[in-house]
Formats: sequence, structure tokens, C-alpha cells
Amino acid sequence: MAEPTEVAERMDAESREWLERLQAEGRERDAAIAELRELLLRAARFEVRRRCATLSQIRGGDQEDLAQQAAGDAMVAILSKLDDFRGESQFTTWAYKFALYEAAARIRKLSWQGRELPLEAEQWPQVPDPGPAPHGEVEMSDLLTAIRQEIESSLTPRQREVLVALALNEVPIDVLAERLGSTRGALYKTLHDARQKLRARIAARGLTIDGLEK
Amino acid sequence: MNGSSPPDRLVNRLLGPAGPEISCERCFEELDRYVELELAGANADAAIPGMRAHLEGCSACAEDHESLLTLVAGEERPGA
Repeated sequence: MAEPTEVAERMDAESREWLERLQAEGRERDAAIAELRELLLRAARFEVRRRCATLSQIRGGDQEDLAQQAAGDAMVAILSKLDDFRGESQFTTWAYKFALYEAAARIRKLSWQGRELPLEAEQWPQVPDPGPAPHGEVEMSDLLTAIRQEIESSLTPRQREVLVALALNEVPIDVLAERLGSTRGALYKTLHDARQKLRARIAARGLTIDGLEK
Repeated sequence: MNGSSPPDRLVNRLLGPAGPEISCERCFEELDRYVELELAGANADAAIPGMRAHLEGCSACAEDHESLLTLVAGEERPGA
């Protein structure tokens, strides 16, 4: 971790000013907080506009409420984490990510509100047999069959539930975290472990998936 | 195999990225620095190993990345 003097040297003047004003007292701090709130609202509105373009269930007035709430939550998070800002980016970029994160998570949750979460493997696509694959390549249908079998036989119930919901049924991770009383990070760790186990089992079967890697 | 066909995308979602990747928490910590390095034309992937793989494996973090990149890039553009 960088020493405080290193951080001070690295930080640009504008970011340093933001930090000093937010850590001051009285009118200077109040003014800085008002400016930060505008900045966070701009970012939250940006995210809400982007995401809601394809979501008819979130109307105009609700979109503004959503942006205001996201900006408010982002403000609370930022003020509690000011000491974490290391000056490795501009302060405004650092602050924006909190507003974008809060707005995006709220939109994902709203878009799934009232919907039952598909936690079972119900949506396996029917893959037409393309005929013999070139030498060394695995046929897609064989690979999907192997993955499906390993999901059933090699994963723990929790790993299976998380992998099927997130990767197969494309439930947003924030939505699943809320329903399961977990966090994005914890669920992603479970997903990661499940994927690693599947990769190892697929390799143990002698199947190669290199052709799929980017 | 066609890399953009739905079954390919499904396999990629199920098996995730091949290389080592960072966690969602670390991704959030580093996202602002990563985006600024990208916009500066620096080698962001070398500076933060495992970030690119995580963005390929985690759709929520990938969305956060895309949004921050677009927002900051727009602000840097004169007249934006």
C-alpha cells in the first residue's frame, strides 16, 4: 500500500482540492458536498438513461427517483470511503463509479421485481448436430452434453444453483444476491469455483475447449 | 466453430474465462484507474492483471466498466 506522502505526490491538484474541501468543516464542506451531489446525479442519470432505454417498466418519473436514490447512496458510500481514495485516478472518475454502480444495481433489481427467479436448468438450447467436426475440434453438442452432465454430477448444490441462475438463465448477480441474502462478490466466488471445477472435469474427459477461447 | 453463435456464448458463460481473474471487490477498487489507463492509451491490462478476464467473466462488472468508460470518455471529449 502506498504511503501518504506518495499518495499526495501522485494526486492531481483538482482531486486534492476535492478531498480537502470534503474533509473540511462548515460552509466549504457543505459547498463541496452540494457540488459532489450534482456530479453523482449526472452520473446516475447517465446510467439510468442508458439502461432504461430498453426497459419499459421504469417510467420517466421513476427514472428520476431512481437516479436521486442512487446518487444519495453513492454519496454515503463516498463520504465513508474518502480515506480509500489513493489518487490513482481523478477524484471525479473515482466518484462516478459509485453512482454508476448504485444506479445499475437498482435498475437490475427493478427490472426483475416480482419475477420468479429461474434457479433450475430449464433453458438448455437445442444445438443442431453440425456433422463431424474437423480433427481436434470438439463438437458443440458433445461439449454442451458434457458440461450439462458435469453440472449435475460434479458441482455442489450451491455451486449448481448459482451457476445455473447466473450463467445459464442469466439472472443478474445483484438480483440473485438479494434473493439469496448474499453479495455480488460472494456469489461470483461461488461461480468462479464452479467454473474452475467444470473446466477441470471437461479436461479430464479429454475434451478441449481451446477453440472457444478468444 | 463460430465464436459469436449462441451456443458458443453459452459455453463461455458456463465455463468463464480461462486465465486468472481478480474478484468483484478488487475490480470495483481498480475500475477508475483501469478506465483512465485505457483512455490514456496505456496498457491497462498489464497494469492490472486479471481485470480483463474478470470483465469477460462477470457481466455486471463488465456493464459497470462500459458505463464508466463511456461517461468519462464523453466528458474528455471537447464540447461534450
